[in-house]
Amino acid sequence: MNKFAMTLAAGLLGLGTAAMAEVKVGMIVTLSGPPAALGQQAVDGFKLAMDDLDGKLGGHDATLIVEDDELKPEVALSKANSLVESAEADFVVGTIFSNMLQAVFRPVTESETFLISPNAGPSTFAGRNCNPYFFVTSYQNNQNAEVMGAHAQAAGYKKVFMIAPNYQAGRDNMEGFRMHYEGEIVDEVYVPLGHQDYSAEIARIATSDADAVFAFTPGGMGVRFVRQFRDSGLADKVQFMSVFTTDETTLPAQKEAAEGFLAAGNWAPDTATDASKAFVAAFEAKYGYVPGGYAMQAYDAAMLINSAVEAVGGDLSDKDAVRAALEAADFTSLRGDFSFNTNHYPVQDFYQLSVAEREDGAWVTSVGEKIFDDYGDSFAEECSM
Amino acid sequence: MSTTLILIQILNGLQLGVILFLIAAGLTLVFGVMGFINLAHGVQYMVGAYLAYWGYGVTGSFVLALLMALPLALLMGLVLEFLVFRHLYDRDHLSQVLATFGVILFLNQLAKVIFGPASLSVPPPEFLDFSFTLIDGLLYPAYRIAVIVAGLLVALILWLVITRTRVGMLIRAGATNPDMVSALGVNVRQLFLIVFGFGAMLAGFAGVMAAPIFSVEPGMGDNLLIVAFVVIIIGGAGSIRGAFVAALLVGLVDTLGRTLVTDGLRLVMDASSANQIGPAIASMLIYVLMALVLFWRPEGLFAARAAR
Repeated sequence: MNKFAMTLAAGLLGLGTAAMAEVKVGMIVTLSGPPAALGQQAVDGFKLAMDDLDGKLGGHDATLIVEDDELKPEVALSKANSLVESAEADFVVGTIFSNMLQAVFRPVTESETFLISPNAGPSTFAGRNCNPYFFVTSYQNNQNAEVMGAHAQAAGYKKVFMIAPNYQAGRDNMEGFRMHYEGEIVDEVYVPLGHQDYSAEIARIATSDADAVFAFTPGGMGVRFVRQFRDSGLADKVQFMSVFTTDETTLPAQKEAAEGFLAAGNWAPDTATDASKAFVAAFEAKYGYVPGGYAMQAYDAAMLINSAVEAVGGDLSDKDAVRAALEAADFTSLRGDFSFNTNHYPVQDFYQLSVAEREDGAWVTSVGEKIFDDYGDSFAEECSM
Repeated sequence: MSTTLILIQILNGLQLGVILFLIAAGLTLVFGVMGFINLAHGVQYMVGAYLAYWGYGVTGSFVLALLMALPLALLMGLVLEFLVFRHLYDRDHLSQVLATFGVILFLNQLAKVIFGPASLSVPPPEFLDFSFTLIDGLLYPAYRIAVIVAGLLVALILWLVITRTRVGMLIRAGATNPDMVSALGVNVRQLFLIVFGFGAMLAGFAGVMAAPIFSVEPGMGDNLLIVAFVVIIIGGAGSIRGAFVAALLVGLVDTLGRTLVTDGLRLVMDASSANQIGPAIASMLIYVLMALVLFWRPEGLFAARAAR
């Protein structure tokens, strides 16, 4: 009886707060399998932002529901359905991987719930299929490779050897690299996803006469490739350039093997904005590891939602007003300049990054030369919203 | 395509073959002798790699880590046999597949809980931390040579055990006709336990040896398990000799295929189509090889078990 009364009271209380506009955010990221480290960064980044905001978003009480898509489209789909239907989330933040985004995209946007991607930025939704309910706080997937290609061109590498896993994102990144690189591509090699031993490919690089290699080997593939590349002694002769291969999720395992290797991105832990410095210090104090771009972009996603809820005074029923508030991107991004393009993908600065050891012994990427200023993606012009 | 490159690729293929052999050796005994499908064999390879990582963290020495990892991998195999597998010997293959798949999920998740989801690395032992120069600018780490030598040594020891000892005789007899062995009064359960434990230890040994070359991560054994099954099907279930020959064959076909197929296709079509089709064909080659072997010799190259 007592229990029943308490449930009733809790129910009434719940009704009470619901009327006072509680902000509900659902998060779908990958938290199992080898790429779980990426999803964990996003969750920790988002949670840190909510801590900084005293658990509120836009001054209103907020709850965060975290779901694991297990890197399976059908799981992602059912988690998305439950978030928008049963949990009635106001915002869905996700995903890490583009193929997961494909799965959750329709159920979330068709229910007129705002979907904010903290990482995946496929070309699919950047052009003709752009959507008024979809925002991206990371980048369009090809952009990092475009930046790397532009750097290779500027640095004067004559012959580049390219390597990527044999799937769509691998080919997209190869295309991205070609966009601004005009030198010779001596060879492009596609390996199976999850490839273990790169000695065969490394032998090809050694005999190819290339002066630089461009790699897209995310996660554990990158750990293996970078260490095997270093062990082969090629690193002294051939400049290693990559995207999604040497980042804060892989460097703890790569360490000095990746020293001096080049990457490209919109941010690094040593980005010199005040907000970024405070974020990195707070993140490391709380979670005990160095945040990567995944954490930064999720933190920005939280701050973006915060700014929009605040702008509409907590009234999330007027979708057009919320959208306008999101489009304004009225928050301080950790990376510095940030605004939304017409397709809701970011317009931001891109840098050449390089791997170095920090004074405390942690291996991190470090911001180098700025390659592009206020750089938007090439698909935006096909988008009409 | 230079001769040097082909020679280097043959070396690489041998090394892949040796690692495959270490995994397949245990698997083929378990499958051949007990008729037991152990999908969790790949996970025991992962356990070995994580034990190496943990052992290295505790002792700071790769050799000590290896010496600690081997008995622990053996113990792990015995514990799994006692808790899970011995209850499955009399069940059908579907139950075995389901239960051992459950063990994969459990141990992969356990590794994630204990060590985190990120990839980890183990440095090679210091006395092997040097390289041979293959061609100008390309070094071949001595550790990789050590892996090949260790694999060949294990193959030799296994061959001696199987052909020259009493246990080996029982294993061979068990692989050929388990019912008769049991009827002759041999404690088959105990034999299974021994085979299982040492199979797990071999997989663990492969994991330890692979840790400094590859990355240590949850699920690292899952892909290799499939290839290991290809190896034992080509070699013939229960045959160590078959596993050895098939592992080297698969290693060479896979490594050389990835180099030669795309280059070959470029001679007959334009480069971008070759880049599209080449990798797809190259990754199919070992399965094509398996299909061909199954067509001409359905029992595998060195079938241990009499046709039934």
